[in-house]
Amino acid sequence: MALLQVCGFTPYAELRGQILPAGQTHLVDRTNHYSFGTNTQEFAVPLGVDPSGFLKSCNREGGVCIDLNHGTTTLAFKFKHGVIVAVDSRASAGRYLASNDVNKVIEINPYLLGTMSGSAADCQYWERLLAKECRLYRLRNRQRISVAAASKLLCNMMLGYRGMGLSMGSMICGWDNEGPGLYYVDDQGTRLSGPMFSTGCGSSFAYGVVDSGYRDDMSVEEAYELGRRGIAHATHRDAYSGGVVNMYHMQEDGWIKVCKEDVSELIHRYRKGMF
Amino acid sequence: MATRYDRAITVFSPDGHLFQVEYAQEAVKKGSTAVGIRGKDIVVLGVEKKSVAKLQEERTVRKICALDEHVCMYIFFNLFMFVQPFDISRVECQSHRLTVEDPVTVEYITRYIATLKQRYTQSNGRRPFGISALIVGFDDDGTPRLYQTDPSGTYHAWKANAIGRSAKTVREFLEKNYTDEAIAGDNETIKLAIKALLEVVQSGGKNIELAVIRRNQPLKILEAKEIETLVAEIEKEKEEEAEKKKQKKST
Repeated sequence: MALLQVCGFTPYAELRGQILPAGQTHLVDRTNHYSFGTNTQEFAVPLGVDPSGFLKSCNREGGVCIDLNHGTTTLAFKFKHGVIVAVDSRASAGRYLASNDVNKVIEINPYLLGTMSGSAADCQYWERLLAKECRLYRLRNRQRISVAAASKLLCNMMLGYRGMGLSMGSMICGWDNEGPGLYYVDDQGTRLSGPMFSTGCGSSFAYGVVDSGYRDDMSVEEAYELGRRGIAHATHRDAYSGGVVNMYHMQEDGWIKVCKEDVSELIHRYRKGMF
Repeated sequence: MATRYDRAITVFSPDGHLFQVEYAQEAVKKGSTAVGIRGKDIVVLGVEKKSVAKLQEERTVRKICALDEHVCMYIFFNLFMFVQPFDISRVECQSHRLTVEDPVTVEYITRYIATLKQRYTQSNGRRPFGISALIVGFDDDGTPRLYQTDPSGTYHAWKANAIGRSAKTVREFLEKNYTDEAIAGDNETIKLAIKALLEVVQSGGKNIELAVIRRNQPLKILEAKEIETLVAEIEKEKEEEAEKKKQKKST
């Protein structure tokens, strides 16, 4: 080390410290597995970049208009027999409908699910990164990661890039030693544990439906029906949600995929019952 | 031959030795004896205490440190790098609690310390930690654990182990006497640790430092008086055994 300094040779690790702010070169060694942020190897951000400012300038009427994929309804609630997760499947970019068949639930492992709402790219990238970290945790510690820890990792990832224009609202659902777990994590670094959450621009409609029909001691079939109704009615009234309802049921021995039903058929069925 | 390949840590010798690491292991063998025993509901760490000079405050000479509420570590250290491994491990314990929302398992923190040591055996400009550590504690699910690390960065789980000067003698004693009955109760386990140390320690209870963790209870360092009481009990039991043997012989 002394010889290197005398020769004036700067090894790669030190150069990195000059490029990245706050000189966190010890992260190159990486025994600390749990830090994510602008200085880590995943996604080092050069100094002086301001993503959120750039994005704002793109939304002005005069210049180039970049509308990110937004718009969705997802919901999840805990009840006596586990956790129900239901999501829609529409991806919209402004007024353009990009796809009606997107899977907004990422199957992290047989005991963990993550939902996606907000910017599709952000959700897909960060949740897949979370899946990678969960797998590594399992390999290193010979134990599945707890839902609290998985949601904490995602939350720390978001906090590392806070203020940089990420857009993600996700629910991490799973079953671990503490029982069924449900956490809401978003791009601001919020992390909440609760019995029920709904995200996306159709969430207000979904909350209305699920709140009015929710009981902790529902049967499994009643819970499925409630999840389906929540998404179906939300997609009916919200322009940016639609497609199909993808529903999962998180049980003690893992999740099962319950159904994938087209919302227009569901609405038709409900209407027949209504009038 | 050895002298040509032991200048730098990063050089293997032709017959596959890393001499610097082996010298570090030799350094560790010169330390005071320490014994760790894993009982059923208790883990015990006993250390031979060097006699304290008259004017020295006894309390400041502590080699057993708590890493977290449920884990403690004894380090035989040589010269420098004393505080660093303790502190780094303590920070890692809290970091784990913050990120994973669960206390560390004993295996995790042992692995962390071992990885730290291993990194120092594989980079230029650094020397290995001359440290062998005994780490004891309870996992979250209540299992007692005892691990030992050595300067090369490997770690192993043990039921009972000793490190330091007379480690071999103590380990032989433990191999003979570590039975299910010997660890049946908390007191028995503590007595086994004291007995093991008394084999090699010169002046009895005064030179023994004992730390104990019971399940769901924080680390406790036994007072000198408590150790004296236990040593007295052990002496009494020994006498009773000797008496019984004498009687058997005479009848």
